[in-house]
Amino acid sequence: MKVPVRITVNGRLIEREVEPRLLLVHFIRVFAELTGTKVGCDTSQCGSCTVLIDGVSAKSCTTLAVQADGADVKTIEGLADGEKLHPLQESFWNKHGLQCGFCTPGMILASHELLRTNASPSDEEIRHGLEGNLCRCTGYQNIVRAVRDAAGAMAAAEE
Amino acid sequence: MFAADFEYYRAGSVAEAGQLLAAHPGAKLLAGGHSLIPLLKLRLAAPAAVIDIGRIAELRGISADDDGLRIGALTTHAEIAASDAVKEHAAALAEAASQIGDPAVRNRGTIGGNLAHADPASDLPTVLAALGATLTVAGKDGERSVDVGDFFTGVMMTSLGENDLLTAIRVPSAAGRGTAYVKFSHPASRYAVIGVAVALGIGTKGGGWISKIKGEPKETVCTDAAVAIGGLVPKPLRCSGVEAALNDQAPSDETFGAAAAAVTGDLGDDLLGDVFASGDYRKAVAPVYVQRALAAAAERAGQA
Repeated sequence: MKVPVRITVNGRLIEREVEPRLLLVHFIRVFAELTGTKVGCDTSQCGSCTVLIDGVSAKSCTTLAVQADGADVKTIEGLADGEKLHPLQESFWNKHGLQCGFCTPGMILASHELLRTNASPSDEEIRHGLEGNLCRCTGYQNIVRAVRDAAGAMAAAEE
Repeated sequence: MFAADFEYYRAGSVAEAGQLLAAHPGAKLLAGGHSLIPLLKLRLAAPAAVIDIGRIAELRGISADDDGLRIGALTTHAEIAASDAVKEHAAALAEAASQIGDPAVRNRGTIGGNLAHADPASDLPTVLAALGATLTVAGKDGERSVDVGDFFTGVMMTSLGENDLLTAIRVPSAAGRGTAYVKFSHPASRYAVIGVAVALGIGTKGGGWISKIKGEPKETVCTDAAVAIGGLVPKPLRCSGVEAALNDQAPSDETFGAAAAAVTGDLGDDLLGDVFASGDYRKAVAPVYVQRALAAAAERAGQA
Protein backbone atom coordinates (compact mmCIF):
# COMPACT_ATOMS: atom_id res chain seq x y z
CA MET A 1 0.00 0.00 0.00
CA LYS A 2 1.50 3.32 -1.02
CA VAL A 3 0.28 6.60 0.41
CA PRO A 4 0.56 10.09 -1.04
CA VAL A 5 2.74 12.58 0.82
CA ARG A 6 3.45 16.26 0.19
CA ILE A 7 6.57 17.56 1.89
CA THR A 8 8.16 20.94 1.31
CA VAL A 9 11.94 20.56 1.43
CA ASN A 10 13.89 23.82 1.53
CA GLY A 11 10.96 25.63 -0.05
CA ARG A 12 10.37 23.10 -2.83
CA LEU A 13 7.14 21.08 -2.64
CA ILE A 14 7.72 17.42 -3.39
CA GLU A 15 4.75 15.08 -3.89
CA ARG A 16 5.25 11.33 -4.06
CA GLU A 17 3.43 8.07 -3.45
CA VAL A 18 5.57 6.33 -0.84
CA GLU A 19 5.58 3.13 1.16
CA PRO A 20 4.56 4.04 4.71
CA ARG A 21 7.78 2.48 6.03
CA LEU A 22 9.88 5.02 4.11
CA LEU A 23 11.97 7.11 6.49
CA LEU A 24 12.09 10.87 6.13
CA VAL A 25 15.86 10.74 5.66
CA HIS A 26 15.42 8.52 2.60
CA PHE A 27 12.66 10.76 1.24
CA ILE A 28 15.11 13.68 1.49
CA ARG A 29 18.07 11.82 -0.01
CA VAL A 30 16.22 9.91 -2.74
CA PHE A 31 13.23 12.03 -3.76
CA ALA A 32 14.47 15.52 -2.89
CA GLU A 33 17.92 14.45 -4.13
CA LEU A 34 19.62 16.27 -1.29
CA THR A 35 22.43 14.18 0.22
CA GLY A 36 23.67 16.61 2.86
CA THR A 37 21.52 14.81 5.41
CA LYS A 38 23.40 11.67 6.43
CA VAL A 39 22.45 8.26 7.75
CA GLY A 40 25.01 7.53 10.45
CA CYS A 41 24.11 5.14 13.24
CA ASP A 42 20.52 4.65 11.98
CA THR A 43 19.44 4.21 15.61
CA SER A 44 18.67 7.85 16.60
CA GLN A 45 21.84 8.24 18.64
CA CYS A 46 24.43 9.95 16.39
CA GLY A 47 22.38 12.90 15.11
CA SER A 48 23.90 13.06 11.60
CA CYS A 49 20.36 12.81 10.15
CA THR A 50 19.12 15.90 12.05
CA VAL A 51 16.82 18.20 10.07
CA LEU A 52 14.27 20.87 10.99
CA ILE A 53 10.59 19.90 10.72
CA ASP A 54 8.46 23.06 10.85
CA GLY A 55 11.45 24.82 12.36
CA VAL A 56 12.11 22.29 15.12
CA SER A 57 14.96 19.76 15.12
CA ALA A 58 14.22 16.09 14.56
CA LYS A 59 16.13 12.94 13.71
CA SER A 60 15.00 12.08 10.21
CA CYS A 61 16.12 8.44 10.54
CA THR A 62 13.53 8.03 13.30
CA THR A 63 10.72 9.82 11.50
CA LEU A 64 8.55 8.30 8.80
CA ALA A 65 7.98 10.37 5.68
CA VAL A 66 4.24 10.02 6.28
CA GLN A 67 4.67 11.74 9.65
CA ALA A 68 6.14 14.77 7.86
CA ASP A 69 3.28 14.88 5.33
CA GLY A 70 2.31 18.55 4.94
CA ALA A 71 5.36 19.75 6.83
CA ASP A 72 8.05 22.23 5.97
CA VAL A 73 11.42 20.51 6.20
CA LYS A 74 14.74 22.31 6.19
CA THR A 75 18.05 20.55 5.56
CA ILE A 76 21.62 21.82 5.56
CA GLU A 77 21.23 22.76 1.88
CA GLY A 78 18.44 25.18 2.79
CA LEU A 79 20.22 27.04 5.57
CA ALA A 80 22.21 29.55 3.54
CA ASP A 81 20.52 32.65 2.13
CA GLY A 82 21.52 32.27 -1.52
CA GLU A 83 25.29 32.70 -1.64
CA LYS A 84 25.40 34.07 1.90
CA LEU A 85 26.18 31.35 4.44
CA HIS A 86 24.19 31.10 7.67
CA PRO A 87 26.23 32.43 10.65
CA LEU A 88 26.52 28.85 11.93
CA GLN A 89 27.99 27.66 8.62
CA GLU A 90 30.32 30.66 8.62
CA SER A 91 31.54 29.98 12.16
CA PHE A 92 31.98 26.22 11.66
CA TRP A 93 34.20 27.16 8.73
CA ASN A 94 36.10 29.91 10.57
CA LYS A 95 36.63 27.93 13.78
CA HIS A 96 37.47 24.64 12.05
CA GLY A 97 34.41 22.98 13.60
CA LEU A 98 34.76 20.00 11.28
CA GLN A 99 37.28 17.60 9.86
CA CYS A 100 35.77 14.85 7.74
CA GLY A 101 32.45 16.70 7.62
CA PHE A 102 30.12 13.71 7.95
CA CYS A 103 28.50 14.89 11.19
CA THR A 104 28.53 18.57 10.21
CA PRO A 105 25.06 18.95 8.64
CA GLY A 106 23.45 17.39 11.71
CA MET A 107 25.76 19.24 14.05
CA ILE A 108 24.86 22.58 12.48
CA LEU A 109 21.12 21.90 12.57
CA ALA A 110 21.34 20.73 16.19
CA SER A 111 23.22 23.96 16.92
CA HIS A 112 20.44 25.85 15.14
CA GLU A 113 17.94 24.21 17.52
CA LEU A 114 20.09 25.12 20.53
CA LEU A 115 20.30 28.78 19.53
CA ARG A 116 16.55 28.83 18.77
CA THR A 117 15.81 27.86 22.36
CA ASN A 118 18.77 29.60 24.03
CA ALA A 119 20.31 32.55 22.19
CA SER A 120 23.42 32.88 24.35
CA PRO A 121 24.33 29.47 25.76
CA SER A 122 27.28 28.81 28.06
CA ASP A 123 29.89 26.29 26.93
CA GLU A 124 28.26 23.73 29.21
CA GLU A 125 24.85 24.43 27.67
CA ILE A 126 26.35 24.08 24.19
CA ARG A 127 27.79 20.67 25.09
CA HIS A 128 24.47 19.63 26.65
CA GLY A 129 22.54 20.91 23.63
CA LEU A 130 24.72 18.90 21.25
CA GLU A 131 24.76 15.67 23.25
CA GLY A 132 22.61 13.94 20.64
CA ASN A 133 25.24 14.49 17.94
CA LEU A 134 28.44 12.50 17.70
CA CYS A 135 31.64 13.64 15.99
CA ARG A 136 34.51 11.20 15.69
CA CYS A 137 37.09 13.74 14.45
CA THR A 138 37.21 17.05 16.28
CA GLY A 139 37.05 16.22 19.95
CA TYR A 140 34.23 18.79 20.02
CA GLN A 141 36.43 21.70 21.12
CA ASN A 142 36.19 23.57 17.84
CA ILE A 143 32.52 22.75 17.46
CA VAL A 144 31.80 24.39 20.83
CA ARG A 145 33.92 27.39 19.77
CA ALA A 146 32.02 27.60 16.48
CA VAL A 147 28.62 27.61 18.20
CA ARG A 148 29.78 30.22 20.72
CA ASP A 149 31.10 32.34 17.84
CA ALA A 150 27.85 31.98 15.86
CA ALA A 151 25.75 32.93 18.90
CA GLY A 152 27.80 36.11 19.22
CA ALA A 153 27.52 36.90 15.51
CA MET A 154 23.75 36.30 15.51
CA ALA A 155 23.28 38.47 18.61
CA ALA A 156 25.35 41.23 16.99
CA ALA A 157 23.27 41.00 13.81
CA GLU A 158 20.07 41.35 15.90
CA GLU A 159 21.23 44.68 17.37
CA MET B 1 17.53 -0.28 8.22
CA PHE B 2 14.07 -0.66 6.81
CA ALA B 3 10.94 -1.68 8.65
CA ALA B 4 8.86 -4.56 7.32
CA ASP B 5 6.04 -3.26 5.18
CA PHE B 6 2.84 -2.29 6.94
CA GLU B 7 -0.53 -0.75 6.16
CA TYR B 8 -0.77 2.85 7.33
CA TYR B 9 -3.86 4.54 8.73
CA ARG B 10 -4.15 8.05 10.12
CA ALA B 11 -6.69 8.66 12.88
CA GLY B 12 -8.26 12.11 13.17
CA SER B 13 -9.81 11.55 16.59
CA VAL B 14 -9.72 9.19 19.57
CA ALA B 15 -13.00 7.66 18.38
CA GLU B 16 -11.58 7.02 14.93
CA ALA B 17 -8.43 5.50 16.45
CA GLY B 18 -10.70 3.13 18.40
CA GLN B 19 -12.52 2.09 15.23
CA LEU B 20 -9.24 1.50 13.41
CA LEU B 21 -7.89 -0.56 16.32
CA ALA B 22 -11.03 -2.70 16.26
CA ALA B 23 -10.78 -3.16 12.49
CA HIS B 24 -7.07 -4.11 12.51
CA PRO B 25 -6.26 -6.59 15.27
CA GLY B 26 -2.59 -6.47 16.23
CA ALA B 27 -2.12 -2.95 14.89
CA LYS B 28 0.40 -0.68 16.59
CA LEU B 29 -0.30 2.94 17.52
CA LEU B 30 2.20 5.53 16.29
CA ALA B 31 2.53 8.75 18.31
CA GLY B 32 5.94 10.46 18.05
CA GLY B 33 7.48 7.20 16.89
CA HIS B 34 10.60 7.40 19.01
CA SER B 35 9.99 4.06 20.65
CA LEU B 36 8.04 2.32 17.87
CA ILE B 37 10.14 3.27 14.82
CA PRO B 38 13.41 1.88 16.26
CA LEU B 39 11.53 -1.36 17.04
CA LEU B 40 10.13 -1.48 13.49
CA LYS B 41 13.55 -0.83 11.97
CA LEU B 42 15.18 -3.56 14.03
CA ARG B 43 12.19 -5.75 13.11
CA LEU B 44 11.58 -6.52 16.75
CA ALA B 45 8.05 -5.48 15.84
CA ALA B 46 6.42 -6.13 12.47
CA PRO B 47 2.74 -5.23 12.80
CA ALA B 48 0.50 -5.61 9.75
CA ALA B 49 -0.94 -2.16 10.40
CA VAL B 50 0.24 1.07 12.01
CA ILE B 51 -2.32 3.63 13.16
CA ASP B 52 -0.92 7.15 13.30
CA ILE B 53 -2.47 9.08 16.20
CA GLY B 54 0.19 11.81 16.04
CA ARG B 55 -2.14 14.48 14.70
CA ILE B 56 -5.03 14.13 17.16
CA ALA B 57 -5.12 17.64 18.62
CA GLU B 58 -7.30 16.68 21.60
CA LEU B 59 -4.46 14.47 22.91
CA ARG B 60 -1.93 17.29 23.15
CA GLY B 61 -1.27 19.85 25.85
CA ILE B 62 -0.88 20.46 29.57
CA SER B 63 -3.49 21.95 31.88
CA ALA B 64 -3.28 22.56 35.61
CA ASP B 65 -5.67 23.19 38.49
CA ASP B 66 -5.36 23.06 42.29
CA ASP B 67 -5.38 19.26 42.25
CA GLY B 68 -2.54 18.90 39.81
CA LEU B 69 -1.77 18.36 36.17
CA ARG B 70 -3.52 16.82 33.21
CA ILE B 71 -1.04 15.99 30.47
CA GLY B 72 -2.31 14.86 27.09
CA ALA B 73 -0.71 11.66 25.84
CA LEU B 74 0.79 13.35 22.77
CA THR B 75 2.59 16.03 24.77
CA THR B 76 6.28 15.89 23.91
CA HIS B 77 9.14 15.56 26.38
CA ALA B 78 10.36 19.02 25.29
CA GLU B 79 6.96 20.54 26.12
CA ILE B 80 6.92 18.87 29.55
CA ALA B 81 10.48 19.94 30.30
CA ALA B 82 9.68 23.56 29.43
CA SER B 83 6.26 23.77 31.13
CA ASP B 84 5.95 26.21 34.04
CA ALA B 85 2.89 24.30 35.29
CA VAL B 86 4.86 21.04 35.41
CA LYS B 87 7.77 22.76 37.17
CA GLU B 88 5.36 24.15 39.77
CA HIS B 89 3.35 20.99 40.48
CA ALA B 90 5.82 18.20 39.69
CA ALA B 91 9.35 19.54 39.27
CA ALA B 92 10.81 16.03 39.09
CA LEU B 93 8.72 15.30 35.99
CA ALA B 94 10.14 18.31 34.15
CA GLU B 95 13.60 17.35 35.39
CA ALA B 96 13.24 13.79 34.08
CA ALA B 97 11.76 14.90 30.75
CA SER B 98 14.71 17.23 30.22
CA GLN B 99 17.10 14.26 30.55
CA ILE B 100 15.46 11.95 28.01
CA GLY B 101 17.65 11.22 24.98
CA ASP B 102 18.69 14.53 23.44
CA PRO B 103 16.92 17.69 22.23
CA ALA B 104 15.83 16.26 18.85
CA VAL B 105 14.45 13.14 20.53
CA ARG B 106 12.60 15.26 23.09
CA ASN B 107 11.01 17.30 20.27
CA ARG B 108 9.32 14.19 18.84
CA GLY B 109 8.96 11.68 21.67
CA THR B 110 5.69 11.80 23.63
CA ILE B 111 4.77 10.94 27.21
CA GLY B 112 2.01 8.58 26.10
CA GLY B 113 4.24 6.70 23.70
CA ASN B 114 6.92 6.49 26.35
CA LEU B 115 4.54 4.98 28.93
CA ALA B 116 2.80 2.58 26.54
CA HIS B 117 6.21 1.32 25.37
CA ALA B 118 7.07 0.57 29.04
CA ASP B 119 10.81 0.30 28.59
CA PRO B 120 12.25 -0.52 32.00
CA ALA B 121 15.16 1.86 31.28
CA SER B 122 12.76 4.74 30.72
CA ASP B 123 12.59 7.78 33.00
CA LEU B 124 8.98 8.95 33.14
CA PRO B 125 7.45 5.72 34.55
CA THR B 126 9.69 6.01 37.61
CA VAL B 127 8.71 9.64 38.25
CA LEU B 128 5.01 8.95 37.78
CA ALA B 129 5.25 6.01 40.19
CA ALA B 130 6.66 8.29 42.87
CA LEU B 131 4.10 11.03 42.21
CA GLY B 132 1.14 8.62 42.21
CA ALA B 133 -0.13 9.44 38.73
CA THR B 134 -3.37 8.12 37.25
CA LEU B 135 -3.57 7.21 33.57
CA THR B 136 -6.68 7.77 31.50
CA VAL B 137 -7.37 5.02 28.97
CA ALA B 138 -9.98 5.02 26.22
CA GLY B 139 -11.16 1.51 25.42
CA LYS B 140 -14.02 -0.40 23.86
CA ASP B 141 -16.23 0.27 26.87
CA GLY B 142 -15.41 3.95 27.23
CA GLU B 143 -12.89 5.71 29.39
CA ARG B 144 -11.31 4.36 32.57
CA SER B 145 -8.64 5.42 35.04
CA VAL B 146 -5.68 3.20 35.83
CA ASP B 147 -3.40 3.76 38.81
CA VAL B 148 0.22 3.95 37.70
CA GLY B 149 0.98 1.04 40.04
CA ASP B 150 -1.37 -1.17 38.02
CA PHE B 151 -0.34 0.08 34.59
CA PHE B 152 3.09 -1.50 34.21
CA THR B 153 3.06 -5.28 34.38
CA GLY B 154 6.59 -6.24 33.31
CA VAL B 155 9.41 -5.54 30.87
CA MET B 156 7.75 -3.65 27.99
CA MET B 157 4.33 -4.82 29.16
CA THR B 158 1.35 -2.84 30.40
CA SER B 159 -2.24 -3.48 31.28
CA LEU B 160 -3.35 -1.80 28.03
CA GLY B 161 -5.60 -4.08 25.99
CA GLU B 162 -5.67 -4.54 22.21
CA ASN B 163 -8.28 -1.82 21.72
CA ASP B 164 -7.01 0.61 24.35
CA LEU B 165 -5.55 4.03 23.78
CA LEU B 166 -3.77 5.96 26.54
CA THR B 167 -5.20 9.46 26.32
CA ALA B 168 -3.98 11.45 29.32
CA ILE B 169 -1.88 11.37 32.46
CA ARG B 170 -3.11 12.97 35.68
CA VAL B 171 -0.43 13.92 38.14
CA PRO B 172 -1.47 15.05 41.63
CA SER B 173 0.26 18.25 42.66
CA ALA B 174 3.38 17.72 44.70
CA ALA B 175 3.55 21.43 45.48
CA GLY B 176 4.58 21.77 49.12
CA ARG B 177 6.78 18.70 48.83
CA GLY B 178 10.17 18.75 47.19
CA THR B 179 10.57 16.43 44.22
CA ALA B 180 13.65 15.29 42.34
CA TYR B 181 14.76 12.82 39.70
CA VAL B 182 18.36 11.64 39.67
CA LYS B 183 19.65 9.31 37.04
CA PHE B 184 22.69 7.27 36.09
CA SER B 185 22.53 7.61 32.30
CA HIS B 186 23.83 5.07 29.85
CA PRO B 187 26.63 7.06 28.20
CA ALA B 188 25.51 6.42 24.60
CA SER B 189 21.73 5.97 24.67
CA ARG B 190 20.98 8.20 27.72
CA TYR B 191 18.56 5.57 28.93
CA ALA B 192 18.46 5.13 32.70
CA VAL B 193 20.85 2.52 34.07
CA ILE B 194 19.39 3.63 37.41
CA GLY B 195 16.73 6.31 37.87
CA VAL B 196 15.41 7.47 41.23
CA ALA B 197 12.40 9.74 41.77
CA VAL B 198 11.56 11.25 45.15
CA ALA B 199 8.76 13.38 46.56
CA LEU B 200 9.45 14.50 50.12
CA GLY B 201 7.71 16.80 52.56
CA ILE B 202 9.42 18.56 55.44
CA GLY B 203 7.15 19.14 58.42
CA THR B 204 7.26 19.35 62.18
CA LYS B 205 6.61 16.87 64.92
CA GLY B 206 5.73 17.74 68.52
CA GLY B 207 5.38 21.23 69.87
CA GLY B 208 1.83 20.48 71.10
CA TRP B 209 0.83 20.65 74.78
CA ILE B 210 1.90 17.07 75.55
CA SER B 211 5.35 17.82 74.22
CA LYS B 212 5.44 20.97 76.28
CA ILE B 213 4.55 19.08 79.47
CA LYS B 214 7.17 16.47 78.65
CA GLY B 215 9.66 19.19 77.80
CA GLU B 216 10.19 17.80 74.28
CA PRO B 217 11.20 20.33 71.62
CA LYS B 218 9.46 20.76 68.27
CA GLU B 219 11.32 18.74 65.66
CA THR B 220 11.70 19.12 61.91
CA VAL B 221 10.94 15.79 60.22
CA CYS B 222 10.44 14.17 56.82
CA THR B 223 6.82 13.55 55.87
CA ASP B 224 4.87 11.94 53.03
CA ALA B 225 7.96 10.37 51.49
CA ALA B 226 7.45 8.69 48.13
CA VAL B 227 10.44 7.03 46.49
CA ALA B 228 10.51 5.05 43.25
CA ILE B 229 13.36 3.42 41.36
CA GLY B 230 13.68 2.25 37.78
CA GLY B 231 16.25 1.14 35.25
CA LEU B 232 17.38 -2.00 37.08
CA VAL B 233 13.97 -3.57 37.70
CA PRO B 234 11.36 -4.87 35.21
CA LYS B 235 8.90 -2.10 36.08
CA PRO B 236 9.06 1.00 38.29
CA LEU B 237 9.25 0.03 41.94
CA ARG B 238 7.98 1.99 44.94
CA CYS B 239 10.58 1.62 47.69
CA SER B 240 8.50 1.06 50.84
CA GLY B 241 11.57 0.31 52.96
CA VAL B 242 13.20 3.60 52.01
CA GLU B 243 9.97 5.51 52.59
CA ALA B 244 9.48 3.95 56.04
CA ALA B 245 13.03 4.92 57.02
CA LEU B 246 12.31 8.57 56.16
CA ASN B 247 8.93 9.47 57.62
CA ASP B 248 9.11 11.13 61.06
CA GLN B 249 12.91 11.27 60.91
CA ALA B 250 15.00 14.43 60.84
CA PRO B 251 15.98 15.42 57.29
CA SER B 252 19.72 14.86 57.74
CA ASP B 253 22.54 13.19 55.84
CA GLU B 254 22.42 10.37 58.41
CA THR B 255 18.70 9.77 57.80
CA PHE B 256 19.11 9.88 54.03
CA GLY B 257 22.11 7.54 54.15
CA ALA B 258 20.27 4.99 56.28
CA ALA B 259 17.10 5.27 54.18
CA ALA B 260 19.05 4.93 50.94
CA ALA B 261 20.71 1.75 52.22
CA ALA B 262 17.24 0.25 52.66
CA VAL B 263 16.75 0.27 48.88
CA THR B 264 18.76 -2.94 48.69
CA GLY B 265 15.98 -4.73 50.56
CA ASP B 266 13.27 -3.16 48.39
CA LEU B 267 14.97 -4.23 45.15
CA GLY B 268 14.86 -7.97 45.69
CA ASP B 269 16.53 -10.34 43.23
CA ASP B 270 14.69 -9.72 39.95
CA LEU B 271 17.29 -7.32 38.56
CA LEU B 272 18.08 -6.22 35.01
CA GLY B 273 21.63 -5.93 33.74
CA ASP B 274 23.49 -5.65 30.48
CA VAL B 275 27.02 -5.69 29.13
CA PHE B 276 27.49 -2.14 30.41
CA ALA B 277 26.27 -2.65 33.97
CA SER B 278 25.31 -5.96 35.60
CA GLY B 279 22.29 -6.26 37.85
CA ASP B 280 24.51 -6.79 40.90
CA TYR B 281 26.54 -3.70 40.06
CA ARG B 282 23.41 -1.60 39.65
CA LYS B 283 22.08 -2.86 42.98
CA ALA B 284 25.36 -1.97 44.67
CA VAL B 285 25.32 1.55 43.23
CA ALA B 286 21.58 2.20 43.72
CA PRO B 287 21.87 3.56 47.30
CA VAL B 288 24.19 6.33 46.05
CA TYR B 289 21.56 7.56 43.62
CA VAL B 290 18.76 7.22 46.16
CA GLN B 291 20.72 9.34 48.60
CA ARG B 292 21.43 12.01 45.97
CA ALA B 293 17.76 12.15 45.01
CA LEU B 294 16.70 12.43 48.67
CA ALA B 295 19.13 15.29 49.28
CA ALA B 296 17.94 17.13 46.15
CA ALA B 297 14.25 16.69 47.07
CA ALA B 298 14.86 17.81 50.66
CA GLU B 299 16.62 20.94 49.49
CA ARG B 300 13.67 21.82 47.26
CA ALA B 301 11.20 21.00 50.03
CA GLY B 302 13.02 23.55 52.18
CA GLN B 303 12.43 26.16 49.51
CA ALA B 304 8.79 25.24 48.93
